[in-house]
Amino acid sequence: MKPHPRTGRIVRLSETARPRVHFHLDGSPCEALAGDTVLTAVLSSSHHLRQSEFGPEGRAGFCLMGACQDCWIWQADGGRLRACSTPVMEGMQLLTEAPAGWPS
Amino acid sequence: MSSGAEKVVIVGAGPAGIRAAEMLVSAGIKPVVIDEGMKAGGQIYRRPPDGFTRSPQQLYGTEADKAVALHGRFDQMVAKGQVDYHPQSSVLACANRSLHALTPSGRREFGYDRLILATGATDRLAPVPGWQSPGVYSLGATQIALKAQGVALGRKIVLAGSGPLLTLVATQLLKAGAEIEAILDTSSLRTQMTGLPGMLARPGLVLRGMMMRAKLGRLYHAGVKILGIDADECGPVSIRWQDARGTLRKSDCDMVGIGWHLRAETQLAGLAGCQFDYDTGWAQWLPRTDRMGRAAERLYLAGDGLRILGADGAEVAGRLAAHACLSDMGLAAPDSSADLRRLRRYERFARGMARAFPWPAEMVRRTPDETVVCRCEGITAGQLRESVDYGGAEANRVKSLARVGMGRCQGRYCQLAGAELIAAKAGISVCDAGRLREQAPVRPAPIGAWVRDA
Repeated sequence: MKPHPRTGRIVRLSETARPRVHFHLDGSPCEALAGDTVLTAVLSSSHHLRQSEFGPEGRAGFCLMGACQDCWIWQADGGRLRACSTPVMEGMQLLTEAPAGWPS
Repeated sequence: MSSGAEKVVIVGAGPAGIRAAEMLVSAGIKPVVIDEGMKAGGQIYRRPPDGFTRSPQQLYGTEADKAVALHGRFDQMVAKGQVDYHPQSSVLACANRSLHALTPSGRREFGYDRLILATGATDRLAPVPGWQSPGVYSLGATQIALKAQGVALGRKIVLAGSGPLLTLVATQLLKAGAEIEAILDTSSLRTQMTGLPGMLARPGLVLRGMMMRAKLGRLYHAGVKILGIDADECGPVSIRWQDARGTLRKSDCDMVGIGWHLRAETQLAGLAGCQFDYDTGWAQWLPRTDRMGRAAERLYLAGDGLRILGADGAEVAGRLAAHACLSDMGLAAPDSSADLRRLRRYERFARGMARAFPWPAEMVRRTPDETVVCRCEGITAGQLRESVDYGGAEANRVKSLARVGMGRCQGRYCQLAGAELIAAKAGISVCDAGRLREQAPVRPAPIGAWVRDA
């Protein structure tokens, strides 16, 4: 289990009085706010959403309007979701890499 | 079939789609409106999710009244059952007068007699060395994060590129309390002045833009050359650039927002049978329509997906497309001469903008071989150039052989630069490098969406 840094890349500038939502990123408990997208939620405690399949770098989304497809993130059940346009939900289990056993 | 029974589908619920729907509704038609957003409004008038509390003035500034009017009008039509509204739904394909869409409840087909496409635009991107790093975003993304989520995507921000969004996003970020290290405009002040005569078609906007620019002060640099983004595993650490006097400079940052104005989103238009012409002013392929937005039989276009005029122009174009649709159905529509006059004025302004803040063709042509051009699959300018040698100087050939345009974004963020690189390598004009054919599905979709239960 990879530890995540306490702070991610997101800086919250306003609207911080929303209720808290809890989810897991690579097995570690994380906190977000209701109304966050998965992208906002994950990048509040991490610097990327996933690893690029075609290069050494991580990826953190790019267009935030559903056009570039950079922000697909794995879920523990094997499904993927588009982080920029999916609201974070209580109890989500998100992974920055494919679940164990996924053919690569 | 009587015209009253004709089914009209609108794709997109931004300013163009909303005004098109409104005009159809007032003629007694109940259009189907399919939109990807959680709430109607589009990108520039995007609404935050429920539970957010900033006022329209805080979100949209001087455009708050327009945003509130559009949102209110659309919500009212939905509440009265005057439109058949499908939010969070992506149209994937268009064939035989039917749209295939991925909705929250699975794949759905929407048959239509007439189709109005108001699919908007994305940022227009050029490759910058290092732009594949996590923490490099489009300028539009930078603005969406602020508006729809109340966040900045980094602690120390550099914005680079050119176009109206550069100044606007910088202004909005500073106002919200974000830290900006530098604003780098690849257009020189001299080039910006050449656009001024056209832009004076809307003097109020010019004045507002100049006031915003003045407040950016010494953060703003015109006429820069962007050399590259240095990054570690967390993302950008600095951006290297050359100022207008030729001095090499470096700005520390942990996030970079880039973009060069907008690129019309035309994939569905292409699938629906629209023709395209290369527009040298906009440096991109744009749909061929008449003044009202008729693109083909039963097909109408409106908004930034047709002509890049911004939100005010999109409202006008939405009404014009609906007007054309109603006329073709044999129904009465209000006089559109005032809208056609507005359209001409907005076009003069937009042409001026395109001239003032141009696509950085020379920068793209000189992209270093090792620079990633296709962010989806990490394909470099060198790999693209090599494929031109053995495969031919044509965008679809280069896509087949080098995979530039084959990735998940389907060429949205690489094809303009790709065509420029092909043209430079082969010594041909960029329009002779061709336009990528669109392929359905225009958004990735799970195979499960096509599997029906027995």
